[in-house]
This record gives sequence, structure tokens and C-alpha cells, in this order.
Amino acid sequence: MPLDWLWLIPALPLLGAIVNGLGAGKIPRKLVSAIGTGTVGAAFAIALGCFISLLRLPSGERVFVQTLSAWIDSGDLSVPIRLGLDPLSAVMMLVVTGVGFLIHVYSTGYMAHEKAYGRYFAYLNLFTFSMLMLVLADNFLLLFFGWEGVGLCSYLLIGYWYQKPAAAQAGMKAFVVNRIGDWGFLIGIFLVFVTFGTLDFGRVFAEAPERLAMGGGLATAIALFLFVGAMGKSAQIPLHVWLPDAMEGPTPVSALIHAATMVTAGVYMVARCHILYTLAPAALMVVAVIGAATALFAASIGLVQKDIKRVLAYSTVSQLGYMFLALGVGAYTSGIFHLMTHAFFKALLFLGAGSVIHALSGEQDLEKMGGLKTALPRTHATMLIATLAIAGVFPLAGFFSKDEILWYAWKSGQPLLWAAGVIGAFLTAFYMFRLYFLTFRGTSRLTEEAKHHLHESPNSMTLPLVILAVLSAVGGLVQVPLIERGGRLDAFLEPVFADVSRVVGDAAHAGHAPGEAGLEIALMVISLVVALSGIFVAYRFYVVDPETPKRLGERVKSLYLLLFNKYWVDEIYDRKIVQPIVRGSVSLWKRVDAAVIDGAVNGIGREIDRAAGLLRLAQTGYVQVYAMILTLGMVVVFGYLALR
Amino acid sequence: MTGASSIPLYWYQVLAALLFTIGVVGVLVRRISLSIFMSIELMLYAVNLSFVAFSRQHGTMDGHIFVFFVMAVAAAGGAGGLAILVAIFRLRSTANVDDVRLLKG
Repeated sequence: MPLDWLWLIPALPLLGAIVNGLGAGKIPRKLVSAIGTGTVGAAFAIALGCFISLLRLPSGERVFVQTLSAWIDSGDLSVPIRLGLDPLSAVMMLVVTGVGFLIHVYSTGYMAHEKAYGRYFAYLNLFTFSMLMLVLADNFLLLFFGWEGVGLCSYLLIGYWYQKPAAAQAGMKAFVVNRIGDWGFLIGIFLVFVTFGTLDFGRVFAEAPERLAMGGGLATAIALFLFVGAMGKSAQIPLHVWLPDAMEGPTPVSALIHAATMVTAGVYMVARCHILYTLAPAALMVVAVIGAATALFAASIGLVQKDIKRVLAYSTVSQLGYMFLALGVGAYTSGIFHLMTHAFFKALLFLGAGSVIHALSGEQDLEKMGGLKTALPRTHATMLIATLAIAGVFPLAGFFSKDEILWYAWKSGQPLLWAAGVIGAFLTAFYMFRLYFLTFRGTSRLTEEAKHHLHESPNSMTLPLVILAVLSAVGGLVQVPLIERGGRLDAFLEPVFADVSRVVGDAAHAGHAPGEAGLEIALMVISLVVALSGIFVAYRFYVVDPETPKRLGERVKSLYLLLFNKYWVDEIYDRKIVQPIVRGSVSLWKRVDAAVIDGAVNGIGREIDRAAGLLRLAQTGYVQVYAMILTLGMVVVFGYLALR
Repeated sequence: MTGASSIPLYWYQVLAALLFTIGVVGVLVRRISLSIFMSIELMLYAVNLSFVAFSRQHGTMDGHIFVFFVMAVAAAGGAGGLAILVAIFRLRSTANVDDVRLLKG
């Protein structure tokens, strides 16, 4: 398949969105499903074809640029609609279309009973289009277009059940928090344009080493402002608050947008701009610290949440933190690798959770589940694989990617970052197996009604689970042989990140130096032991003696409450930011708008009215009074003329 | 110019001014619409008199011509005005202008 077909990859989902959107309610359901999944499936097939064509090219020449049309030409600013395919965007493109396709298929089963079926698929296709524009964009502005597009679709899909106040609120919260991030992102783009006079990726990144001083203020400012955007989109501290609330949307949406693809846009963007970050070590350090802090912070909240989707949401925030940790220590490939494996197992976890929720007629409380292993055999088996994968058990995908991140964190010479990662890994293993045990093992705590309706999900839902389970199991193997020499994904992505070594020299970037194999294996064993002990503790707590967590919660009640209430971050934001803004706005409204502005306008009106009331008295209606005034006027005029 | 017309221009002007003033006062003080109307006519003819007198004085025809115009227009205006007065009288059974004050503010 020729690479010229590249434009079809985003175009097909767009077509699906237009057809399903305009025909919502008129097109029969089967056709809606066919259009919705078919366009994304075809996009995936073309993406695979393009990927293979790209692989056929020699390693250093794997860049393909396709200009579709002019877009903005104004003065110095010239922005075309141009798609660029290189190894980095190829990986993203495959993840988006591949996982996206599976989730579309799953949705045909999960959303089968929904009234607004066409609207759902129109949004989902529109999202796929925007996300593909984001990853295939060849300049900052087109990337921003995709960036805002996915934000819009996220808002629309979180609020899909807009009659529910919580869903509408969550959509607004996501939108507003992302606006804060986008503010920084836009400033970053402006700075790029002011500095380079262009927004074209190729030219900006090629000229960056000459135009920006290493570690200079400008480079740091650009990198940090762009990172503010990534913090918003990828839910990093302190802008993480919207993602858990986003779980109000349908579960496949959580899987696609709020786990596998959109929230990784920030990771992709930082990886794409890696040269700018390499030139700003301070900014890179900020990325690493925020990533590590978020990984730990969100994992600790995930320990005690009761809603199955919220546990997964905090897990996503935490795993995104790992990705930023990887980027922050300069291990861009590892960040993208974890992005990919995370897309597999986290999408699977969400879809599995969706299958459980579906089976229990909408129940999301972990305390009302339990013992579902026999009733949902397929969901159980696939969820177990995903849980093992995210916990980091050899040889599943999560083990490889997480271990690689920890290895680079160790190598960066910041043991604290490594320690945060390892503790986070322990917490991850614990809370994921807590979720698993509470859902599938132990005694059933189902309500009678839920028990009555209990059923395994249809094939359209379990088939994507099985495929994702296979990917979660073997996805890590793209990175073999792992030790000493970079893996295959490393080799594939190497041309993209090659310019880093030109800037900082080979020493800092060379990942697997010879002679370190022993250390690397030792660290691997440590992280494996950590993961297994996390699983063991969860087993003790939730299977052997289910009373333990309650007792522990009683003993350290304040800590438990702190975690359960998510460190009161929402409350603090509400108290310190939202309420003062509301109060300020109310005061502006009452003191400035109502008093000053309305007062001035109404006052002028009132004064004119009163003056007019005085003037009215002159209009007596007596025709002879008018005649008298006329005469007097004439007398005055002629008198003046005569006596002058 | 004949001998009989040795009355000086001055007298004509005084007479015209007197007539005009009577007309103005009539407009201002009479309440009956028909009287006001007649007073207006008086003012117009005062002006006509003045025109004619000046025209004779200067020996030109301009003033005479103008007087014809004034009379024609006054006749037309009188016809319209009288029609309005009759219409008002039919509607309100009054000829008193003080009873017609729809323009009161």
C-alpha cells in the first residue's frame, strides 16, 4: 500500500463522524455500527499498510510528509495542512486506530441499549479523527487543532448522559481544567513562533540547537509552557483532578479516551518536542519530578477507592506519571513504549470493568461485587492477564515497559526518582490485585437483583477483550532482546530521537551500555519481587482475611480518610480557587456590573426622561400658544435685525 | 404716474402694517377657528397691499405678479383649510380651537 494513502487514515473516521452525526436517529442501528466500526477498521488497515511501507524504507529515511492543502497564509505565518509520518507517529497511529477499532467493536455491544446510538458513534469517530490529526500533524498549529478536537470530543463523551447532572458537571470540569493547560500550551506555541518564525516541526527542531542556548531561559520557558499543556491533557499534578471525574462517561469512552489515547497526547507531545526538552535540562527535571510525584500520589489514592472505574482512573493518572518520569530522565523511547503497552492493558482493564458493570446492570461499587470468576469466565481470564500486566509480572507487557523506565530512572543518577517508581510499582500491584480480588474472588456480595440478571457479555464485547489480552501478554516482546542492546522498538524509534545525542553527546543517551547487564538484571529482579509482594499483600488482605483492611483502616483512620478523600485536592481547589473566583465574580457582578455600568446606563436614561418631562410642558396643544411663540420669535428676530 | 396717486408710499406701508397687526392679534386672541382663518387672510392681504404699493413705486410688474400668486395660493389654502374646519366641526360639533388640542404633550 503506497504511503500516499496516508490522508485516508484521518479522513475515513471524519467521514464516519459526518455521516453518523448528520443521520443520527435516521440511520438504522446496524448501519450506524457498520459505518462507525468500518471506517476505523479501514483506517487501521491502511495504517498497517503505511507502517509496512515505512518499514521497507531504510532506517534513516523513514519520514513521509504529505501536504494536503494550504491553511493559513498571513504575513510571516504560513501553516499548511500537512501530515507527517515518522516512526514515532507511526506507533501512535497504530495504537490509536488499532485500540480504537477494538473499542468501537466493543461499543456496539456495550451501548446496544442506548437511545442516542448514532450520536455516540459520531462522537467516537470524531474523536478518532482528531486524535489522528494530533499524532500525524506536521506543525504545532495542526497538532493544536487535534489537541482541541480531542478535548472537545472528551467533553462531549463525558457528558454523553447529559441528563445526569454529575456527567454534565464532570464534562465541564474536564473542559475547564484542560483550558488551563491549553493556556500554557498556546503560550509555548507563541514562543516557538516568535523564536523560530515558523511552526513547522521539521524546521523548528532542526534549528533549535542553533537558536536556543543549552539550558537557556528561552528554551526552558518554551519547554515548561508546552509541558503545562501536557499536564492538563495528561492529568498530571496539579491538573489531574478532571480525569477521575471523567469516569462519568460511558466505559468504552473511558477506555479509549481517558486511558489509551487522548490522555497520552501530552506524552506524545513531549516526546515529539524532545529536542526542545533536551535543550532545557531544568524543564526535563520538572517533567521527571512531576511524573514521579504523580505516579506515587495517584497510586496511593487508588488504594482505597471503592468505585471500580475510579480505581482504574487513578491507576491511569499514575501510569501517565510513569511515562512522564521516563521522558523526564531522557528515556523517550521507554515513555512511548510504556504508552503503547499501557494502551493495551489499560484499555483491556476498562473494557473488562465495563463488562463487569454491564453484567451487574450498572453496579460500579467494588463492595457489591465479588466471586464473579465463575459467572464471567472470559472477562475474568482477560482481566487477570491485564492485572498481571499492569502489576509488572514477567513476561507480560507491563513488566518490560515499567522495568525499562525504572532502569533509566536509576541510571539518571536520581535514586529518589527510582525509589518513587519502585514504591509506585508496589502500590500498583497492590491496588490492582485488590480490584481483582474484590471483583472476582471471595464471597459474592451482589444484591439479589444483580444476581438475577448476571450474565457474561456478548461476543462483540468479549472478542476485543481477548485480542487486547493477547496484546497485553505479548506486547512487551517488541522490545526484546532488552538487555545490553536496545530492543526492536528502540531501533525503530532511534532515528526520531537520534538528534538528542547530537546535542548532549552519546554518553548521556546511550541506554544499555555493555557491562551493566548484571545491574540491569538485579534491578529487574527487584521490581519483580516488589510487584509479587504487592500481589501477596493484596492476597492476604482481601482473600485470606477480608477483615484486615477494615481493621487497618480503623487503626490509621486519618491516613485512610486522607487517601479516600483524594488528599482533599478537590475541596482545596474549591475552597482556595473556585470559591474565591465565584465570590469575586459575584462581587464584580453586583458592585461593578449592576451598580456602576447598569447604574450609568439607567441613570442617563432616567435623567433624559426627566428632562423630557419638563420639555413636554411646552407642548400645550393650544394652537394659539404655538402661534404666540411663533410671533414672539419673529418679533425677537426682526427686532434684533432692526436695532442692530 | 398720475396726480391722483400722490399719496406717498409711507401711508400705504403704515396701512399694510396696521392691517397685518390686526391680523396677528386676531389670530392670537380669537377662539373661533373661522375668525382665526379670516385673520390670516387679513395678514395675507396686508402683505399684498405692500407688494402692490412697492410695485407702483418702482414701476415694475414683479409685485403685481406676486400678488396674483399669493391670492391663488391663499385661495387654494383657504379651500383646504375650510374643508378641515368643516370636518372638525362635523366630528366635534365645535369651532373653538381650544377644544382641539390632540398635540398636548
